[in-house]
Amino acid sequence: MPAHKLDSATFQPFETDFGIERELLLQGIRLKYGYDFTNYTESSMNRQVEAVLKKTNFKTPLELLDRVLKQRTFFDQILPQLLISTSEMFRDGAFFRLLRNQVIPVLKTFPTFTIWSAGCGTGEEVYSLAILLEEEGLLDRATLFATDVNPKSLRSAKDGIFPADQMKVNTRNYVEAGGLTALNRYYSSDYGLIKMNKELMRNTVFSEHNLVTDHVFAEAQLILCRNVLIYFNRALQDRALSILAGSLARGGFLGLGSHESVRYSPFASRFEVVDEKWRLFRGN
Amino acid sequence: METSVSEGPALLAIGASAGGVHAIRELLRILPDSFTAPIVIVQHLPRGPRLDFNMIYGYRPGRRIVEVEDKMVPRSGDVIMAAPDYHLSAERDGTLSLSQDAPVHYSRPSIDVFFKSVALSYGPRSVGFLMSGANHDGAEGLLHLHRAGAVTLVQDPKEAENATMPNSALALFEPDHVLTLAEAARFLKGRQLENENLNRRRS
Repeated sequence: MPAHKLDSATFQPFETDFGIERELLLQGIRLKYGYDFTNYTESSMNRQVEAVLKKTNFKTPLELLDRVLKQRTFFDQILPQLLISTSEMFRDGAFFRLLRNQVIPVLKTFPTFTIWSAGCGTGEEVYSLAILLEEEGLLDRATLFATDVNPKSLRSAKDGIFPADQMKVNTRNYVEAGGLTALNRYYSSDYGLIKMNKELMRNTVFSEHNLVTDHVFAEAQLILCRNVLIYFNRALQDRALSILAGSLARGGFLGLGSHESVRYSPFASRFEVVDEKWRLFRGN
Repeated sequence: METSVSEGPALLAIGASAGGVHAIRELLRILPDSFTAPIVIVQHLPRGPRLDFNMIYGYRPGRRIVEVEDKMVPRSGDVIMAAPDYHLSAERDGTLSLSQDAPVHYSRPSIDVFFKSVALSYGPRSVGFLMSGANHDGAEGLLHLHRAGAVTLVQDPKEAENATMPNSALALFEPDHVLTLAEAARFLKGRQLENENLNRRRS
């Protein structure tokens, strides 16, 4: 096919050369390693690439691309920096209280059920879920799937080791979430680190899953996908929401981040709002 | 991106920190109804329980204040507030997006992050307004807006409750106007009516 110039009516040039080079870097990563960041939200991706440049002392995304293509270990090193991962246990205590009050009673009606923590990062969310289920006497009826695109995060999630200085916030969240005992009953501390009780993960399966490139994952009664979709542009959000909708059992619950919504997607009609403030939805 | 100069600015981007609540409240109170461009505000606020912004900034019929939601599209008449603990960016596809990457100037949301994204998306179709604040967030972002051809406004340091933020912008470059809130309201009203070509180029 002969080369042709793109239609000037629909072609939107990038504002900056940095934007073009960022796009080439992401295409290179996609072609070489299969991680597809090309439909991530531009602004935050710009900032992540800038941060990686600063840290690695490369001047431009193109220089970075050259190194990324030549050295797998270098790519493995920068991958976590491209993926933003911030989490706390029982993050938004009120949301977890809502799970306790609205979702747990429904889960109690099932002999067994499945929960999917999509984009579990380093595991704070899935430990919180396990504690909630343990306190409600439901952990042994549950299968929890904890998935993330980043294998490094999954490994530390499995290890269940966290900096002790995070536990102050986590404990406050736990109390706000209506925790029944004390959070420190679920971990042991040593040398500035804490280790979560292994028993909590007895029914949890950790697995790599990519909402960008993979497909429907499980049939779950509850899916949590909180502060993951914000990093996707509208088109990619639609794709991810179709996977989440397809992985939800009839009448199952979906929890999003406090400022995320299904409102803007074509799958909006597949969900009913259970709680507007804390973004809890139910599949119909 | 198509430039619609006849409708005045496509976005008013406001950044404020300490002392900003009063300033924003006052500006929203005196801004005439004829100013219909969407207003998006990044104000440093502590993370805590969800806030009722209409209570804080004063409810006014026809100008309801909403907290941002990821991928929301600003529409005429909207006043949209950033959410505590999330960076807010304006994307080239017209949406607003949220992110939890590292704080900038100890702030999330950061005004620099927001203004820089507006410079890349709305560019010359935007007006940036930096108000009262006790830190240096926003100055660099306002410079990005200036270079992108946006109109840049800084609250008069003599009027601002905290002059650090306005002064830090003034130390960095010369914005288009240094205005009191009353002057800014008049200026913005004029912007809307005069059909001024905002798409002028700067070097």
